[in-house]
Amino acid sequence: MSAIESLPGIDNGLLRFLTCGSVDDGKSTLIGRLLFDTKAILADTLHAMARTSARRGLEAVDLSLLTDGLSAEREQGITIDVAYRYFTTGRRKYIIADAPGHEQYTRNMVTAASTANLAIILIDARKGVLTQTRRHSYLAHLLGIPHVVVAINKMDLVDYDHAIYERIRGEYLEFAATLGIGDVTFIPLSALNGDMIVDRGENLDWYGGPTLLDLLESAPGAHSERDERFRFPVQFVCRPQRSGDPKLHDYRGFMGRVESGEVVVGDEILVLPSEQRSRVKAIEIHGRSLPRAIAEQSVTLLLEDEIDVSRGDMIVHVEKSARVTRRIETMLCWLGETALDPGRKYLIRQTTRETKAAIEAISYRLDINTLQQMPAEHLGMNDIAYVIFKLARPLCLDAYAENRSTGAFIVIDETTNNTVGAGMIL
Amino acid sequence: MSTLALQQHATLSHLDWLESESIHILREVAGQCANPALLFSGGKDSLVLLRLAEKAFRPGRFPFPLLNIDTGHNYTEVIDFRDLRACQLNERLIVRSVEDSMQRGSVVLKSAGESRNKHQSVTLLEAIEEFGFDCCIGGARRDEEKARAKERIFSFRDEFGQWDPKNQRPELWDLFNAKVHKGENIRAFPISNWTELDVWQYIEREDLQLPSIYFAHKRSVVRKNGLLQPVTELTPARPGDVVEELSVRFRTVGDITCTAPVESTADSVARIIEETATTTITERGETRLDDQTSEASMEQRKKEGYF
Repeated sequence: MSAIESLPGIDNGLLRFLTCGSVDDGKSTLIGRLLFDTKAILADTLHAMARTSARRGLEAVDLSLLTDGLSAEREQGITIDVAYRYFTTGRRKYIIADAPGHEQYTRNMVTAASTANLAIILIDARKGVLTQTRRHSYLAHLLGIPHVVVAINKMDLVDYDHAIYERIRGEYLEFAATLGIGDVTFIPLSALNGDMIVDRGENLDWYGGPTLLDLLESAPGAHSERDERFRFPVQFVCRPQRSGDPKLHDYRGFMGRVESGEVVVGDEILVLPSEQRSRVKAIEIHGRSLPRAIAEQSVTLLLEDEIDVSRGDMIVHVEKSARVTRRIETMLCWLGETALDPGRKYLIRQTTRETKAAIEAISYRLDINTLQQMPAEHLGMNDIAYVIFKLARPLCLDAYAENRSTGAFIVIDETTNNTVGAGMIL
Repeated sequence: MSTLALQQHATLSHLDWLESESIHILREVAGQCANPALLFSGGKDSLVLLRLAEKAFRPGRFPFPLLNIDTGHNYTEVIDFRDLRACQLNERLIVRSVEDSMQRGSVVLKSAGESRNKHQSVTLLEAIEEFGFDCCIGGARRDEEKARAKERIFSFRDEFGQWDPKNQRPELWDLFNAKVHKGENIRAFPISNWTELDVWQYIEREDLQLPSIYFAHKRSVVRKNGLLQPVTELTPARPGDVVEELSVRFRTVGDITCTAPVESTADSVARIIEETATTTITERGETRLDDQTSEASMEQRKKEGYF
C-alpha cells in the first residue's frame, strides 16, 4: 500500500504512542525502522544518514542515526528531552514520544507518557525482563496508558528462538499481574532486519499475530473505548458585545474543549464549583452550529440562562457531576532540580484552574525499581511519592484512573515560574 | 466534519484532532497571557494560524494583534496578501521593519546585500519591548528539523529573548505553563504537531487562499549548489550565470535573498498535496536529494532568523 493511494481513504484518526527503552535495546533502530518502512523519512535525512553510515564503515544505513542528534545533545547536559516524531500511513497519523530510558530520566518518561495512548516497551531478547523493564511498565501503568505492547527485540541475535520468546513472555506476565496491568500484547521482532515491524519478514514463521504496525493501525483511539462522563473546563469567555453587531449584544460563549464524554444541545448541565444549573442552548464553532460535540473537540457552548461562568469553571452533566474538593491525595512525580520543600506553598494547575496548595503530608516515596514504599521528608528530582495537598480554592476533578484530563495536575514554583511537579489524583 | 461522520466514528479524524488541539493552545494563550501577539508573515503556516484563531475566537475579535517583522526584502505578493488578509479579518496588524532597526543602529549589516533574515530577531525583540508582549504565537512545527523535535509548545525565552534548551519547562498532558516574570516571554507554537502534509491538507479542506508564489509559475532562476536562486533586483544574475526559465513554486516564503523555490508544475493545492505526499514515498534519485537538502537548510535559516 502506498500512502498516495490511500490518502483520500478512511481516516482512522491519530494515535500517540511512547517507546520505552534505551539505545541498547534497539529503540532508535526501531523508531528508524518504523519511519523508514512507512516511508516517512525524507530523502535529505536518509541521504545524510547514508553518508554517516558509510563514513563509519557500515554497509547498510544505520537507522538509529535518525535519533542520534539527540544523544549528542544529552551529552551536553540537556536533562529533559522528549523528542516528538511523526509519520502517517495514509490511514492514520502517528505521534511518537521518544524518551531516554535510563533511571535518571524518569521525568522524561513521565512527560512522554502523559499524552500517550499506547506504550511500546522494548526488551532485549538476550537479556529478558530487567529492572528497567519493570520501571517502564510501572510508569506506563501509573500514567494510565491503556495499551501496552511488549516488543521482544533482537530476535535475530537469539536465532529467532520461539522458546526464548515464550520464556520472556511468561516472566513478564507474572510481573505484570502484580501491578494489575491488564492489556498487554507481545510481539517478537528484529528492528535491525525489519522483521515484524511493517513487514513480517521470513524468520518468525512460528508467530501468528499481527506486525507492530498492524497493532498500531488497529489500536483504539483515546476516547473510543468506554462511555465517559462529559467534562468541559472553560478556557475563555467570549463576550463580543462591543463589536457593534446588535445580534451579538447578549452573546456569551463559553469556550473550551470537551475533555471526555459528549454534549448534545438541550442537555441539562451544572457549572462547577458554583453548582448553578442550566441547559445547553447551542454548540458552535466558527459560526457553525453543531448538534453535539464529542471528546477532544474544541467548541463554544451557549447556555439557556444568564449565569456567571468564568475561566477555570467546569461544565458537566447534572446527573454525572465531578468531585469538588479542597484536599487531594495524589501520586506526585517531582520534576524540579530543587527539592520539594514541604513547608512551602506551591501553585497547582489542573484543567484550566489554578490554586495555591500546601503539603499536608508525604505518606511515602516509592522506589520505582523495587516498588517498595519508603519514608520521605523531601522529594528530589525524579522521585515519585504519595502526597496529600490542602488547597486554597476548590478543584473540580475526577480520579486520574477514571479520567486522565480532569485527574491530572502540574505543580508550579512561583518564585521561578518553573513546572516542578506532575501529579495524578487518587 | 459532517454530522454523518460524527455518527459513524466516535473519534476525530487526524485533521480535526490537530485543529482542535491548536484551538485549545490558542485559547490557553488567551486565557493565561496578559498581552500576546500572533506573528503573521503572510506565509502558509501563519495563514493556517489565522484560520485556527478564527475558529478559536469568533464571533469575538482576536484577543491579540497580528505582528509582522518586515525585512524589506519580501516578495510583494506576500506583503500584499498579508495586508489583504488582515483587512478581511478586520484585525489589527502591527508591522515593524528591519530597516527601522538599521536606522536606529540596532541592526548593522556587514554588507549592503547581506540577508536580513537573521536580523529579524533584533527587530522582533524591539517590538516585544515596545508593546510589552508576554507571548508571541508562531507557526513553527516540530517536523521541520531534527533539533526542533523536542521543542515545547510553550517555549520559554529569557529577558534577552534567548532560548536555552537546558532551561525549558517540562510539558505534561495539555497543562501548559505560560507564567513569566516581567521582560521574559513565551513563544507558543499551536501547530507544533502538524507536518507539512497536514498543513497542505488543512489548506485544502478549509479552502484557504494563499499568495500566488506558492503555486507553480514561470520564474527566471540560476542553479547554485543544487538550489534554485531566483533572479530578482536583490539577487541579480552574475556574469557567467546561466539563467533558466523554469516552472517553480515556493515551499516556504521569507526573505528574498535566502528563499529558494523548487521545480514544480503543481498549480493547485490538490497537486501540491500529491507532490508533498510523493516526496516522502518515491524512490529517491540523486537530483532530488540535493533539492531536499537545500530545502531543509533553507527552512533552518528561516527558523534561526525568526524564532
